[in-house]
Amino acid sequence: MNTVAVIDYGMGNLHSVAKALEKVAEGTKVLVSSDPDEVRKADRIVLPGVGAIRDCVGEIRRLGFDEVVKEVVVNKPLMGVCIGMQTLMDSSVENNGVECLGILPGTVEFFGEDLQDAKTGQRLKVPHMGWNQVYQNMEHPMWSGIADGARFYFVHSYYVQPAAPELIAASCEYGINFTAAVTQGNVFATQFHPEKSQHAGLALYANFLKWDGND
Amino acid sequence: MGLAKRIIPCLDVDNGRVVKGVQFVDIRDAGDPVEIARRYDTEGADEITFLDITASSDNRETMVHVVEEVASQVFIPLTVGGGIRKVEDIRRMLNAGADKVAINTAAVFNPEFVKEASEKFGSQCIVVAIDAKQVSEDPQKWEIFTHGGRKPTGIDAIEWAKKMVDYGAGEILLTSMDRDGTKIGFDLALTRAISEAVNVPVIASGGVGNLEHLSAGVKEGAADAVLAASIFHFGEYTIEEAKRQMAKDGIEVRL
Repeated sequence: MNTVAVIDYGMGNLHSVAKALEKVAEGTKVLVSSDPDEVRKADRIVLPGVGAIRDCVGEIRRLGFDEVVKEVVVNKPLMGVCIGMQTLMDSSVENNGVECLGILPGTVEFFGEDLQDAKTGQRLKVPHMGWNQVYQNMEHPMWSGIADGARFYFVHSYYVQPAAPELIAASCEYGINFTAAVTQGNVFATQFHPEKSQHAGLALYANFLKWDGND
Repeated sequence: MGLAKRIIPCLDVDNGRVVKGVQFVDIRDAGDPVEIARRYDTEGADEITFLDITASSDNRETMVHVVEEVASQVFIPLTVGGGIRKVEDIRRMLNAGADKVAINTAAVFNPEFVKEASEKFGSQCIVVAIDAKQVSEDPQKWEIFTHGGRKPTGIDAIEWAKKMVDYGAGEILLTSMDRDGTKIGFDLALTRAISEAVNVPVIASGGVGNLEHLSAGVKEGAADAVLAASIFHFGEYTIEEAKRQMAKDGIEVRL
């Protein structure tokens, strides 16, 4: 039986990620694991996360998951979610600057305190919280059956800026045009929370469980 | 097109059953929380909020089971409020599948709790619930009340909202105690005053009696989300009808 491991590094709510995967699992076993060896053995890996990036990266390193992630992305599909996506980049400006895992080239930037709607000039609140439209920048098996412009649920104050535009799998508007999903090789990562995005989110997880990566 | 304004049905839960009081008395039974949450999800609710109004702490475990049950079937954000007093209470609810917790009275008695909670779990899951009542008309002033609106605190609502955001609140759930249960609409002046004073999303609550009230909360009250209970529970309106009305009023919603 195929397995998908949700990496448990002690930060935030893995329950909802695991429940959403279970909902669409059909023959895939869903593990929530804090054991690096167990994660290494899984066929697919999900790296979730909520909270502050310094704590997240710190715990990932302390538990040895930085090495695990580097190893598994060579030949297995890995999905990053929210802060999990951000930890994959080179660095983040959050918490006065944090060096991240460097799996994908690029940085994590702050929306800023005075974000405005580009058209109306209206003040926009940070965090960017709620359902926003996600526009697909490329064709990808992960987008199978998901409408271009479908709404997904976001909660974040920082966003990923990949070093190369060809990494951008989807983008979203909130004062600026920012990256909503990135992909390279076996990695696919989203800023939004598929586990909280109802049908579209479950469809994305279902696609991940069928995706064999691009290595 | 951009970020949608959210509609959040709220379920007041007492001993595992959904109830809704009118100005916190005369409680009517409205049903099974899991069943109702599923219905709201199907109708297109953007989030669901549960307020545990169970008086006895012995029965709080019931709420944990309700959240677990809902979280395994409904894949939209879930907020749980009522009786959140310790870090352990937050952990328990998040582990059960809640995405956010709403802290109310405990924040008033111990503001440091909000700081501790947001540092531990992140601001994104800490909602501070503010129950405000108008205490002066000219100039307009509102004060924080606790214990279901019975006890005044002498704290100015706008100052309090700003302080809570400084302490790490990621969202404000604002209830007008003057309007709660009245069905005459949100306190729009209060909602706008708070929404303009803080840089985090504000959920308007208290007083919704029809769908126009929801639109007014966004357009005149500058709310980022609108919360209502009784108009949805008793089948007066569906969430979908509410969204269609808001869209007709020029508000961006998730349809």
